[in-house]
Order: sequence, then structure tokens, then C-alpha cells
Amino acid sequence: MNTAVHTLGVAALSRALSARQISSVEATQALLAGVQAHASLGAFLATDAEAALAQARVADACLAQGQAGPLTGVPIAHKDIFVTDHARTGLPSTAGSRMLAGYKSPFDATVVARLHAAGTVTLGKLNCDEFAMGSSNENSAFGVVKNPWDLLRVPGGSSGGSAAAVAARLVPAATGTDTGGSIRQPASFTGITGIKPTYGVCSRYGMVAFASSLDQAGPMARSAEDCALLLSAMSGFDERDATSAQRPPQDYHAAMLRPREGATATRPLHGLRVGLPKEFFPAALAADVNGAVRAALAELEKLGATLVDVSLPRTELSIPVYYIIAPAEASSNLSRFDGVKFGHRAAQYADLMDMYKKTRAEGFGPEVKRRIMIGAYVLSHGYYDAYYLQAQKLRRMIADDFQACFKHCDVIAGPVAPTVAWKLGEQGGDPLQAYLADIFTLPASLAGLPGMSVPAGFGEGGMPVGLQLIGNYFEEATLLHSAHALQQATDFHTRMPTGFMEPPSSLRSQPPEGAQAALGAARREA
Amino acid sequence: MSAPALTRGFEVVIGLETHAQLSTASKIFSGASTQFGAAPNTQACAVDLALPGTLPVMNRGAVERAIQFGLAVQAKVAPLSIFARKNYFYPDLPKGYQISQYEIPVVQGGRVDFVLAGEPRSVRLTRAHLEEDAGKSLHEDFAGQTGIDLNRAGTPLLEIVTEPDMRSSAEAVEYAKALHTLVVWLGICDGNMQEGSFRCDANVSVRRPGDALGTRREIKNLNSFRFLQQAIDFEVQWQIDRIEDGLPIEQATVLFNPDTGETRAMRSKEDAHDYRYFPDPDLPPLVIAPEWVARVKAAMPELPAAMAERFVRDDGLPAHDAAMMTQSLPFARAYEAVRSGCGQPKLAANWLMGEVSKRLNAEGGSIESAPVTPATLAALIARVADGTVSNNGARQVFDALWAGESTSVDALIEAKGLKQMNDSGALEAIVDEVIAANEKSVAEFRAGKDKAFNALVGQVMKASKGKANPAQAGELLRKRLGA
Repeated sequence: MNTAVHTLGVAALSRALSARQISSVEATQALLAGVQAHASLGAFLATDAEAALAQARVADACLAQGQAGPLTGVPIAHKDIFVTDHARTGLPSTAGSRMLAGYKSPFDATVVARLHAAGTVTLGKLNCDEFAMGSSNENSAFGVVKNPWDLLRVPGGSSGGSAAAVAARLVPAATGTDTGGSIRQPASFTGITGIKPTYGVCSRYGMVAFASSLDQAGPMARSAEDCALLLSAMSGFDERDATSAQRPPQDYHAAMLRPREGATATRPLHGLRVGLPKEFFPAALAADVNGAVRAALAELEKLGATLVDVSLPRTELSIPVYYIIAPAEASSNLSRFDGVKFGHRAAQYADLMDMYKKTRAEGFGPEVKRRIMIGAYVLSHGYYDAYYLQAQKLRRMIADDFQACFKHCDVIAGPVAPTVAWKLGEQGGDPLQAYLADIFTLPASLAGLPGMSVPAGFGEGGMPVGLQLIGNYFEEATLLHSAHALQQATDFHTRMPTGFMEPPSSLRSQPPEGAQAALGAARREA
Repeated sequence: MSAPALTRGFEVVIGLETHAQLSTASKIFSGASTQFGAAPNTQACAVDLALPGTLPVMNRGAVERAIQFGLAVQAKVAPLSIFARKNYFYPDLPKGYQISQYEIPVVQGGRVDFVLAGEPRSVRLTRAHLEEDAGKSLHEDFAGQTGIDLNRAGTPLLEIVTEPDMRSSAEAVEYAKALHTLVVWLGICDGNMQEGSFRCDANVSVRRPGDALGTRREIKNLNSFRFLQQAIDFEVQWQIDRIEDGLPIEQATVLFNPDTGETRAMRSKEDAHDYRYFPDPDLPPLVIAPEWVARVKAAMPELPAAMAERFVRDDGLPAHDAAMMTQSLPFARAYEAVRSGCGQPKLAANWLMGEVSKRLNAEGGSIESAPVTPATLAALIARVADGTVSNNGARQVFDALWAGESTSVDALIEAKGLKQMNDSGALEAIVDEVIAANEKSVAEFRAGKDKAFNALVGQVMKASKGKANPAQAGELLRKRLGA
């Protein structure tokens, strides 16, 4: 039974737990064993078996008393950009940076706290690009993450650990964060489903800040339905985040299942107008990506949607705009990592300035340094107007372009990324290449709109391709509903890479509980 | 405004930036306490420490205090203002940036009125903006290392910036005092200068009359009115010396050393920081609806100028007395209580300016904690007014009240035998005795010597053991002497 846990998504596992077909402790043990067995994937940075099992036991007690919600007892893992209360979880919070190696947060991020309150079991922390800066997960201070579909390829980033862990079925779901595409692009690269909600839907409290006006948390899972279950629990107004949206709690799962007006069993998307920005389908778009996306669009049509041509004329400009605004905010957000209060501090230094310089030189990786420098430059006296202010103006125009589109359509669709996942090291350290690959995810980020990646098929080398759906503000339910309809009609989201479902034979029979605890302890020391 | 007095042929130009710590219970962007004097780092929460993942949330109480200030100085309360980040590295600045307001402050314009050497003056305000304070670096007691106390980090400040309108250190001090009175009056700042709740930076330049503004130097962190005056005076002489020696003034930030009375450059313009200001993406624009302003206005105390006007209009006080009665809100409340209790506005003002202020100044106490309550003082003044006790006698009663001998005015008058002799029969007898016993003085008085009359009044007072009403005694004497 326990190895079968890996085949279950959130909704399915929730049903199994409620039916008492499996306990949360059993599920947690089985999943931890899988994490251990596939450590070489690089997805997990830390687990604490003891703390996880303690949470699972609490969940089992709730399940036994019939006090369970839809997520009670479901093990998930958090991108390590979310801080987790060390006393509660036993887990460090590193943001993928040497600067925060071993950092023990005294509190949980709001998203983590809400998922905890909903009864989920925190299995561990997931690798990511350092401070969420990157789109290949090659910028983590703690090693690369491999794409479960091809271990020589990147899983995307910055939520690469989350994507790889879900794709490899090590966890049913994970949290991610998306600043310029960091949920959608890795979801696309690994064939899973991920949604970046409208800016403000999820609290940023406890997310290590990269670019405050863009950062947004979201779920990454195997299906739109699973995403909806998680999003309902993790979203909502938070008085500790002044940018959080003041709205009543949402039941995205119920909203997702609600039929559209005039919908029928075969045409669930009746009346849905899907806008296709011509700028999202340039001549240079990789043929395999184009093919898969077009096929998925055809499927949407079959399900009752109509395709409409629209235009987002400033799509290309979103790259320079994003790479001014995000580094500007990052350069300021990362100033707190100065060696004074927490995190890394250089061992030897002559004076205060020397301490700052050495601490930051040692603590930050090259991509983080690059963005701090770009950010400090565009904010500096004499350049602010030319760069930052201009970028802000363009950002508003990009948002206006979307509103013009939404006069003609309900959702916007296109590819998530111009190509499938590339090979590890392929970009040869040329950051511009990676920046340019963000072109289709940046516009929605800049506009603060919800965006989603839905598995749409496979391209070159059998690598997954994602369909991006972008909705108007707070139209998460429309995106989830559309994606769910597509997933009812296709099976791309149920396909999985080979080699992960079965733990190695030595672990196949369930070890006694004591042995599990010992394994957990060893992992914690590592 | 009359032409300003010159210093060695130069006109002095001063603008002040004042940091008033707002009297909120919690910090401007976190829930930690702002209480002064706690053990280091015990009042710094995760947000104040800038722990990874923390975010600022605006304290509405700080905004309301800024609105009050804006209304009190007749400024524009901005319907929308912006928080910005001022980026620089310093160990007691946990985030590596200070949240402040830069391009669009919450209070715009306004003026502070005061009196300088009997002349009304008005200083224009440029702006007042909300910001957070930094922590404190402690360089002593750590064997060559620096200790950081973040209790103060995140304390709300209102930075109040004037136009370069002041022309002397005395004017700067009077402005600062008026501002201090106002913020304390409003209750938005405790005004405690020793604890740093109210501190001034002075921008000082000099120029020959008619010239363009000279280059200014900014004297930082002056936390007493005396230091403010001393620092400006020293700085003015220093700048004039430079100019007379043919040397340029370079824009600089300077520190005042109270021990030497001198100012010394801390950093020049060349090594000035580039603060890389930009709007803080963690804080939405501060929106203040007219309804919010109206609510704050309704809850505000009557302002000192309006109250002084009322005391002149309704109580008939001279302007000077009215100004003295409104030196602080507690003082004004005490005056109103005394005046209502005795129905004698001018006497009430006299006693508060005289005996009460004299003792408060000597003992360093505050009007609220004075041992003589307004009700007791009113009772005493009533006894003076109805002739029960003389002014001299009343002062003795006041001494006894202040010393805590009793709280009953009438009991003290009785016990000390200070009741005036208002029985004219008894007084007439004494007057007759005095006339009979002082033939010489009577003769001199009749010869036209006024001094002799005073001697006779003195004799009557003596014979009555001071209980006679001197005015009544004089009247009787004149009648008897047929004058």
C-alpha cells in the first residue's frame, strides 16, 4: 500500500486518508523513504522525519475523530524561500543561499502556517535558485536540481526543487513562488500544474523577499484540482502583509467545479473566449512547443472555447522592464544580509566596511551579485529617472495592454516558455539567454495577473510542454476551471517520468518505525 | 518684517529639521513597544530585526498624529503620500534601508507662529514626513567592539522641515520652543529632549545682505535649546571667519561638541551617500480620506493660539498673561480651573505667573504635580478677593499650603491669625490710639509730608498685628486727620 502513496495526488490521497485506507503516518513514512532514495535528484534541501511524523500523528488523530479537512494529513513540502519555524519543524530556512545556510527562523511564513493549520504535514524544504533568482535552479548554493524527465536537463526555476519533487512523485504537492515565472516555467519544464495567483492573493509574510512588487506564492501539484485545494488553504488576507488583498476567504475548489453557464458534459468550456496574443507565437518559437500548445488550444476549442486573436504589443519590452524593477527591489531587499544580525558573517575582517564586503562577497552567488549591481545602478542618482521611472511607466502600460485584451477574451493563452527544458550547463553562464527565455511569463507578473501552467503535451526529447493560461485579476477560478476541463479530457498531467515510482528494493518493504526515525535523524544531521 | 540684525556685516540664514518622536505605544511598522529605557534588544521584534520574510505594516496611530500636526500648523494633509526606502548600510539599520517619505510627504507646507522679543514671527514649514528611527550603536563597554541596541529601531518619527526663514540663533530657539510646545500640547510627542524624543538639525549659512543664499552646513542632532543656540552661534562665527579669510564654505554635515562648544565636519558633500531612494514596494501609498482628517480634527484639543485668544476675549486677560497661561496644555487647564473656582481671571493669572511659577521653576516640578491644587488656589484667591486675607497674608497661607501643612485655606487663615480686621469699630479705636501716640508724625503729615502718613499706616498695621486691611486703615486715618 505504502509505495502506492506515490501515485496519489492531493485529492486522491485526501480521500484515502478520510477512508482510513492509509494513515498520514504511513504516507509520511513512505514519502520520506522516497525522498531519501532519490536524494540525488537534488530536489530536497532538508527533511526532519521526527517532526514530520509528529505532525502526521496529530493529523491521524484528527482523522480518527472526524475533524479532518481536505488537506488533513497530506504531506507536502515547501520551497525553501518560505521560512519555517525551526522549533516546530526542525527545518532550516536558506533561500538557496550560502548567506542563510543553517538559518533557523523563529516563525512560519503565513502560507506555511495556513497550510499547517489546514492539517498538512511538512515533509521538508525544497531546493530553489538562490533568493529565487534564476530559471534553471542552477543558481542554488546547495547544488543543482535535475529534471526527473531527463536527469541531464534543468527542471526550470526558481521553484525547481518544488517542480522536480512533484514531477518525480516524491510529494503530492509543493509550494512555490513566482516573481517572473518561477512557478509556471518549472511546472512547464516538468509536466506538472502550477498557478501563480493575482498579486496579493497569498501573503508574502515569511517569503524571503526577492522583488516585493512581483513576488507571489502559489501551489505546484499534479492537477488543477490539487492546486485549487492548496490555494484555498494558503491564500487570503493577512494583516502582516500590507500588500495582501482584502477579500473574503475563497473556496477555489468549489469555484473550479462550478459549471459555466450553458456548459454541457462534452462542452464544459462553452462560451469561454481564449485570447491568443500574436506576440506569444513568434516565428522563433520552438516548433515542438508551438505544436503542443496549438494542440492543447485545439482541445480547448473542442471543449467549447472559442479562440480570439489579441495583441500584447509590449511583450518584448517586459524583459527590460522586469530586469530593471526586479533587481532594483532585490538590491534593497537583500541589504539586510550584512553579517550583523543573522546569516553568514566573514570569519576575518579588518573593519566594518571590510566585514560587509567579505560577508556579502562570500555569502552571495554570482547571479545574486549581478542583480544587486544592476539594481543599485538603476536606482542611483542620475539614473533613476532614465531606468526605474521609465520601467514603472512601461509596467503600467503593459498592465493596460492586458485590460485591452480582456475586453475581447476571458483568458489569455500561449506557451509558458519558448523551449522545453534545456540541458544543465547549456547556457554556459550567459545570463542574458536565460533572461530572454522569460519572455512569456514576465508580462503577467508585471501586470500582477494570475497565470498558470498546464501540461499540454511533450516536445523534443519527450520533454513536457506547458500551456500558459492568464486570467484577469482574481480570476483564479476561471483558470483552474479551464485547466480542470482540459485535464478531464487529456492525460498529460497523469504521465510521469520513469524511475521514481518505485523506491529501491531495499526500502520496498516497510522498515520498522525505529529505523525510519534513525533515517530521519541522519538526514537532519546532514 | 524689519531688516534683520547683522552679525559682523553678515545676514544669518537658518532652517531647522526637527525629529519629533511620535507618542504611539507601538512602533511605526511593527507591534513592538516604544517604551524608553528597556534592556537592550528586548523591544525589537522580528520585523524590527529585519528577519528574513518580515514585512512592515503602517501604524495608523502614527498617521493620525501626523494629521493632527498638519492641522495644527495649517498645512495640507496629503490625500496620498508615499513611503520610500533610503538605502545605506549601517549596523544599527537592520534592513539596510530606512523607511521614510521622500517625494510626497504626508504634511505639506504650514507655518509655526511665535513671539521673538515681543514681535510676532512666523516660520514657514516645507513639509513634515513620517519615518522610522534607527537603532543605537553603543561604542563603549565592548572592548573595542560595537554593541547594537535595536529597541529604538522602528520608533515613529515626524520630521518637520522649515524653510530657511530664521535670521538668528535666538529666532531658531524660539521657533524650536514654539514647535516643542505645540507637539507636546497636541500630545503627539512627549517632548523629552534628554531621551531624544525631540531633536533638531540646523542648516546654517551666512551671506552679505542682498546676496544669494550662502552654502549651508548642517549641524546634526541638537537635543537641547541651549545647544541649538550655542551650535548656531559658533557655526556663524566660523563661517564668517572663513569668508573673511577668503576661504570657501563647503557643504557639509557637522556635529556639535557640547564640551568644547564647537562644531566639526562629520562628512563633506563628496562622500555623501547616494541613498537610492525609491517607493517602498512593501507599503501601498498612504491614502488619507477627508473623513479621516475630519475625525482626527474633531478629537483634537483646542490649540494654544486659539485658547490664548479666548482668554483675552472672554477673561479680559492681557495678551502677555494669556500667552503665559497657554505655555502648556496642563498649565492652561490649571488656569481654567483656578479661574472658574474663584471667578477672578486676572488674580488667577497673577498667582500662576507669580507664586506658582516661582516655586515650580525653583523646584523643577510640573503644574500637574504641584502640591497646591487649582481648587485650593482658587479658594485662597477668593479669600483675597473678599478681603478676608491680605496679599501678604495670602502668601503666608500659600507657603503653608505648598509645604503641606494643611489643604484648608480657611483653617490656615484662622490658625495663623491672618484674618483681616474688617470690623471698623475696632480699627477706629486703633487708629485713634495711633494718632494720639504719634503727635510728631501727625504734625509732619499736616505739614505736607506724605512719608509721615505711611509711617502712621505702618503703626496701625503694627498695632493690629497685621490684621488690619491697609487700604481701610489709610482711609480711616485720612478721615480722622481731616485730610
